Amino acid sequence: MRTATYFASAALALAALAFGAVPSAVAADTPNPPTDAKAFRDFFTQKFPTLKLEDFVNGPYSMNEDMHRQWEEKEQFPPYEFSVDMGKEMFSKPFKNGKSYADCFPNQGIGIRQNYPYFDDKEGKVVTLELALNRCREANGEAPFSYVKDEMAALTAYMAFTSRGKPFDIKIPNDPRALEAYQNGKRYFYTRSGQLNFSCATCHVQSPGQRIRAEVLAPALGILNAMPIYRSEWSGMGTISRRFTTCNSQIRGVPLNPQDDEYRDLEYYLSYVSNGLPISGPGARP
Amino acid sequence: MSMIRKSMPLGHDPMGRNRFSEKLILKNRKSMIRASTLSLVLALLIAGATSVLAAGSEADFKAAYAAAEAANKEAGALRNQWTVTAAALADAKKAADKGNFDQAIASAKEAEALAKASIYQATSEKTLWKELEIR
Repeated sequence: MRTATYFASAALALAALAFGAVPSAVAADTPNPPTDAKAFRDFFTQKFPTLKLEDFVNGPYSMNEDMHRQWEEKEQFPPYEFSVDMGKEMFSKPFKNGKSYADCFPNQGIGIRQNYPYFDDKEGKVVTLELALNRCREANGEAPFSYVKDEMAALTAYMAFTSRGKPFDIKIPNDPRALEAYQNGKRYFYTRSGQLNFSCATCHVQSPGQRIRAEVLAPALGILNAMPIYRSEWSGMGTISRRFTTCNSQIRGVPLNPQDDEYRDLEYYLSYVSNGLPISGPGARP
Repeated sequence: MSMIRKSMPLGHDPMGRNRFSEKLILKNRKSMIRASTLSLVLALLIAGATSVLAAGSEADFKAAYAAAEAANKEAGALRNQWTVTAAALADAKKAADKGNFDQAIASAKEAEALAKASIYQATSEKTLWKELEIR
């Protein structure tokens, strides 16, 4: 009888342990954005201990002294300047119905770049600045712009310019759909794809500061703070949509459509983990 | 052995003319006509034989292409198509349009293999992505 009681107690203890372990395993898999962001920042600051936190937003130019000097010289006559001017002109020109971009955004659209993307609880999805700009146009009877070309880059360049120095302030509301969008963005960031079997993290977590052909890879921390960018390789401006789609095709994957859910969620994740770092856009890259 | 040519080919004239005589040129022309006729007959025979063989090959191509397209569609549903798969499918179609079904089948099979690799990648990455995560 006593032996049976021991066995029963042991079984009960094991069961309790097992049941106790299940919630903790689940808890380990539950997304925890603040913990993720801290780990993300710690990873990069430990990898580059001499780099100031705010310098991460300068991408490859923060990775070595020579490139940093080149960048400082480039900033004397910035190649994106024409785009900021064009964006400012477009931004202030009314639509055919008399309204303007300013009517679609908080604070008339000035100094708000750091709050995008945001989670829209009505739609249940992430809304990026590029998407909000095209929705603004459509709501006012104008045709949407291409997400990757000059007009969209000019508008976002101007808006980023009015936010320079303001820290990214991306919010994840207490809504399971927002947490899911964040988690989907994180999964996309780490998922290998394309024939080259690369993920975003392969270049921007595992290899920042190293060269891929002639290019120096940027760290993922602060990578969107400088967007949109003038790229010498493109001989022109490029938006976040352009950056994401070209990354996909460079690894021999068929890019998704700009502003598909995956890209919106990816932008949400990458912006959130760079919270606190200043907006430096528009930027210039080799 | 040196690959550098030490002398010019027979009949070469540095002034741009042919050094052969009129008689020799005429003789050469006649033999060329005979050779051309023979080539034409041979080409027609080969084309005939190929078209008989092609009937079976075209069906094989269609089957191979359909299999590749189906696999690529599955990769699309997983949001993970590869550019090289699309290129191999395009190559297959181009070769088939020219009647080169051997090449078309080879390209279609390559496309199918690539599409299957992208499906495998997308499926395995459903859990493997976590191994790269910064924690």
